[in-house]
Amino acid sequence: MLTFDKVAVAMDQGALNADFSVQAGRRVAVLGPSGAGKSTLLDAVAGFRRIDSGALSWAGTEITQRAPEQRPVSILFQDGNLFPHLSVARNLGLALRPDGGRADARKVEDALERVGLGGYGARMPGTLSGGQQGRAALARVLLMARPVILLDEPFAALGPALKAEMLALVSEVADRLGALVMMVTHDPRDAQRFADDVVLVAEGVAQAPVACDLFFADPPKAFRAYLG
Amino acid sequence: MARRSFAIIAGLALAACTLGPILAVLVRAGGFGQISAADWQAVRFTLVQAALSAGFSVACGWPVARALARRRFPGRGLLVTLMGAPFILPVIVAVMGLIAVFGQNGLVNAGLGALGLPKLDIYGLHGVVLAHVFFNLPLATRMMLQAELAIPSERFRLAASLGLTPRAYFRLIEWPLILRIAPGAFAVIFVICLTSFAVALTLGGGPRATTVELAIFQAMRFEFDLGRAAMLSLIQLALALSAGLVALKLSRWDGFGLGRGRAVARWDGRGRLGRSIDGLAVMLAAAFLLVPLGAVIWKGLPGLALLGSDTARAALHSLMVALGSTALCLAWALPLATRRGELWALSAIALSPLVLGAGLFLLLRPWVNPLDWALPVTGLVNALMALPFALRILRPEAEAVTRDFGRLRATLRLTSWAWFRLVWLPRLRRPLGFAGGLTAALAMGDLGVIALFADPDRVTLPLQVYRLMGAYRMEAAAGAALLLLMCSLALFWLFDRGGRVGADV
Repeated sequence: MLTFDKVAVAMDQGALNADFSVQAGRRVAVLGPSGAGKSTLLDAVAGFRRIDSGALSWAGTEITQRAPEQRPVSILFQDGNLFPHLSVARNLGLALRPDGGRADARKVEDALERVGLGGYGARMPGTLSGGQQGRAALARVLLMARPVILLDEPFAALGPALKAEMLALVSEVADRLGALVMMVTHDPRDAQRFADDVVLVAEGVAQAPVACDLFFADPPKAFRAYLG
Repeated sequence: MARRSFAIIAGLALAACTLGPILAVLVRAGGFGQISAADWQAVRFTLVQAALSAGFSVACGWPVARALARRRFPGRGLLVTLMGAPFILPVIVAVMGLIAVFGQNGLVNAGLGALGLPKLDIYGLHGVVLAHVFFNLPLATRMMLQAELAIPSERFRLAASLGLTPRAYFRLIEWPLILRIAPGAFAVIFVICLTSFAVALTLGGGPRATTVELAIFQAMRFEFDLGRAAMLSLIQLALALSAGLVALKLSRWDGFGLGRGRAVARWDGRGRLGRSIDGLAVMLAAAFLLVPLGAVIWKGLPGLALLGSDTARAALHSLMVALGSTALCLAWALPLATRRGELWALSAIALSPLVLGAGLFLLLRPWVNPLDWALPVTGLVNALMALPFALRILRPEAEAVTRDFGRLRATLRLTSWAWFRLVWLPRLRRPLGFAGGLTAALAMGDLGVIALFADPDRVTLPLQVYRLMGAYRMEAAAGAALLLLMCSLALFWLFDRGGRVGADV
């Protein structure tokens, strides 16, 4: 369980407050207007942004002060998820061997096959399409095998069909790992397609998760204002 | 974290190599007690030549920069690139070229003689200033061109649609720009000329044209008066540091970040007068830079056949020094490629190589024969001198790598060594190649500390050229100068190219 205990994070304007828990293994969509602090919430979980007060804990252990590399988290950014000068296999190998040593090639190839990129290991990221790069990054998340996966709109640049495909793949990866997924999006359809729960971030507050169907059956006022 | 400890080690080593020699000088000098009239004369000459050099460079650089900013003509890009070349040009080579053009038997004097006019003398104050302008006119031009190109194009459009007269145009647009850029450019060039040694060594000399650096050299080499050398070093240090601080305040020094330099559409200077001024400025500048270089090549070609084994050995020494300096400089630059590291190293610009050399001489003397250490010391000092430039090139790129991939590194839990080997080095290949090329070329062509230390067995190629000139073996000197020019350019090209070939973006 990921628990935000009266967490406050400073933002450019005001602060973001969160006080709730998310069950392990759930798929959570983080929705809200741009600039409200969706990415800030993820950065706070990943350790890229300091938590000013309150406590963040995972499975009963507090991780508020931990460095990013000591958190049980893998994160996909909007871009720059692969080192452009290393081959796909080398990029994936880093998940198994953070010291840059030779990784088990079979495991890497397995992961690539799972995301439909079998045989792509020798390619450079720049020669892949946007969707393929997303798949490669997901294969690495699979290899990292951490219990929390954070997605900071990594598929925002993809077309609708491709995005749906990637979300399905994320679900598959998450199921395999039994991982909690928190995904930032500003497209309600992404949430409906993918998520069990919705966390609405608006007006300086990340609200407690609401089951997805309940959320859309009776959207909160702040969300209706966002939809317009 | 490992990276931080590397940075601290590099910083401490830098401090030891700069402050150590300075401390040695301070201890040996023991105050300003015995400053003679000749020393004051040297101080005055140093200041006067630096002020004149900086003044002429800025004054002449302005029309050239303006012409390059507002004209498009064939060869413009080449000329802008050429403005960066003096940086890697060995001073002694340029001096040979300038002598071939402005010297006793040079082209200019041949022309003056044909017209029945008195001859120019290149030795003394005007020679020193001429050579300094040769090196720094391009620098001034680049700095001002950069400022010109940074003017928003809307301002030119506004001026054009208002129909400003040339006078109003100058007052409203150009003069404010000059006021903003010229003082900084002047100050930077002033500092550079303050600590320049090789020009004074070759074109100056005598009681009326001796700089402080040259006086340090003479005190050490000819008078064997280490106390006086240390005291002069102290003076030089005070001069350069105070001028350096002023320059730092006045200028936002952007180095050579200028590539080809795009031309912005402008509507000023379309009249006949404007066009001829611009054309004249560009042609004079190009001739001033190119004719001496052409003379070096022209005169050097027959001399190449005269190169003896001693010149070959000197060339080998220089190559060793250049490669050693480059390795040392880059090893220093990588951990220091941060804002603080750069500030640190910037102070090295104001440090005179001769002062460092004199200090190292004093430090080594109780333990070993300093002359045996001539080449390593030269390599060390050259690495120190090139460090600010290397950092200037590396820092923005290094910061970009951290910015782009720092979070990915954290989430992957990469070890420091894996990060360094797999990401840091490969991503920085281009700037490393460029910085390495500059350092190698600078070290190859440097004629400074080696003159302090050299004995006949440990001569570098620039010193060999100087010796051949001193022995009036002008043909051989010209050949050696051409060899030096080729070595410097080749080193720069090899490193720079090595950084580019096969580099993935």
